[in-house]
Amino acid sequence: MIYEGKQKIWKDYQKEIPDDHWYYVRSCIRQNFFPASERKFTDITKDILGKDVYETPYHTTCGGIAYHCDAIPQETAMTIVARQFALMTETGYENYVPSCVTSFGNYIEILETWREFPELEARIREQLWKACRREFNKPKYIAHTSDLIYHWRNVIAEKAAHRLIDKETGEPLRMAEHIGCHYAKMFPSKSIGGAEYPYVLAGMIESWGGQVVDYPERRHCCGYGFRQYHMKANRGYCVSNTHKKFESMEPYGIQAILTNCPGCCYFMDRWQYVIAEQTGKTYGKDGFGIPVFTYEELAGLVLGYDPWDLGLQLHQVAVEPFLDRIGVEYDPKAKYLGLNKEDLLKPELPTNLKCF
Amino acid sequence: MFLTMKENVVIIGGGIAGMEAARQLLLLGYNPIVVEQKEQLGGHVGKWHRLFPDMSSAQDLVRRMEEDISEANIFLETKVNSINRLREGYQVMLSNGVNIACRAILIASGFKLFDATRKEEYGYGVYDHVITNADLEAWFNGNADPRIPHAPESVGFVHCVGSRDLKAGNSQCSKVCCMTAVKQAIEIKERFPSARVWCFYMDLRLFGKKYEDFYIGAQQDYAVQFVRGRISEVSEALGGQIQVKAEDTLTGKPLRVRLDLLVLMSGMSCNPEMTRLARMARLDIDSDGFLKSLDNIRSINESNRPGIFFAGACTGTKTVPETLAEARAAALDIHRYLQKGL
Repeated sequence: MIYEGKQKIWKDYQKEIPDDHWYYVRSCIRQNFFPASERKFTDITKDILGKDVYETPYHTTCGGIAYHCDAIPQETAMTIVARQFALMTETGYENYVPSCVTSFGNYIEILETWREFPELEARIREQLWKACRREFNKPKYIAHTSDLIYHWRNVIAEKAAHRLIDKETGEPLRMAEHIGCHYAKMFPSKSIGGAEYPYVLAGMIESWGGQVVDYPERRHCCGYGFRQYHMKANRGYCVSNTHKKFESMEPYGIQAILTNCPGCCYFMDRWQYVIAEQTGKTYGKDGFGIPVFTYEELAGLVLGYDPWDLGLQLHQVAVEPFLDRIGVEYDPKAKYLGLNKEDLLKPELPTNLKCF
Repeated sequence: MFLTMKENVVIIGGGIAGMEAARQLLLLGYNPIVVEQKEQLGGHVGKWHRLFPDMSSAQDLVRRMEEDISEANIFLETKVNSINRLREGYQVMLSNGVNIACRAILIASGFKLFDATRKEEYGYGVYDHVITNADLEAWFNGNADPRIPHAPESVGFVHCVGSRDLKAGNSQCSKVCCMTAVKQAIEIKERFPSARVWCFYMDLRLFGKKYEDFYIGAQQDYAVQFVRGRISEVSEALGGQIQVKAEDTLTGKPLRVRLDLLVLMSGMSCNPEMTRLARMARLDIDSDGFLKSLDNIRSINESNRPGIFFAGACTGTKTVPETLAEARAAALDIHRYLQKGL
């Protein structure tokens, strides 16, 4: 691998990211999957970095999942998105940051479609006005939340309590990065690093002390693929794609995976349990799986947040070996205590995948 | 500097088109002045190893052509700084300070090899064992290349890299890549008989003399495997092997192979130098980015400006024999043009 070759490509895929004043929109599924991630994004950006990040409770789904499952036509998704832009306009913000990669792709695709077909934009404006008497300005900038964490990665590194370094050996942790398909594959120019060798997550890993490890199926879908999962008959195909990825990364000794898509993080985490139950095979060390993190979770660990406040107890794959490796202190007894120390009850442990 | 004993004809470009035209112009009694940016004559062909269909030495060809124009004025490592219209003809100012008055200029600035790094999915410049057709020819010529393993067991060739590719801004077929891939696949098999060799193509455009024979021979005599399907993704496996994913559209099945070496058939794209010259001399550019001939049937060698002529790949993709034939035709066109003016 020629690192300089990648650097040359990364130079071609950079985008302007304003340093402050962002209108933040949450994902419709992330809070069910990894509930602390989005909250930690606002904690990190507002409390630690001192940025102005605003959100409204009136925000809804962007329609992206339904659109990509062929359940609604694009015009419907456009009208939903037009309403989101109207909410942003009403608050006076111009920089729009969605937390979901599919939303990010959806917004970019819609804006590009309107650029190509202004008459369609005019029709959507009319539909929005008829439906809810709202008007909107298009955002001046759109970035994904991972773009913002990437943008501030070096500031986070300066404030780091932990680095992605094995405290026993002093070696950088070997980490894989996996971007969501809708982040860069549709519009590479709207990403950091492009679609083939994306840098948005790799930049965070490097900045926080880890080593990015490539493997042959790095670009392969996580398995989710919308219709692959949401149509129940296709779920075998969904898990087989995830299996293909883990088989490919197995020889590389990868110690953690960083993702920026709700589906990728969820399925690469959860399917390790299914694969272990079906085949008896696990991909981490000593019977554990390979932990899969969101970028907010990883940033939170680097900044010294309590892992259970980051929601890491909701991961299928045990994160404790990773925490031990980078020297994060935690209370094992507090793992399944929720807010107000309420006992969440310990889940049943899998047969083959080692968990606590 | 005075170059006025015989009538000057400035030839911009010292590749095979410029050299062949210079030879003809010398024979016709003119004083061809060849201006070449690089440090040696021969252009792309000068770096090639063997030429189809006779597998003759490219370097021998260039050497013979150089000998044939030893009487010509040749400026190497020299650029054209400006071309100014005079009442009769042109004044050409060179980067070495030489100033030439002439009534005819031949542009033979050739093509630029497509920059394979632009097809990011193939990993040229990123993966250790991905090279281009030009790199392989250089290796055939004896230049060491650490990217080429000592005894590769599997080698793949990707056709149409940057050719017939709207996304890359090149809609044209580069004409020679299909045949070059067949030739190079055979040459690899000759050097490494036990290697498995794959050619990934979308169409095979084998139109020239003996091309089809080469293609049949590659399959029958060398067991080269031709897969009709574009490569979707290239990645690096353990030990630096190249993993290729493609679709075999004839069997309708996806394909995944591990290769020790992947060769990208970089096509021809328009030379940016040509655009500079066009601006200087107010020449028309065609929709494909190459220089625009007066017409593409009878007057391929003629430009929209009086006294400025074209030869070779500056007007579009050409094979070596086509380029040489066009250079000879251009020399005759120049001769006729200058005679008419006397």
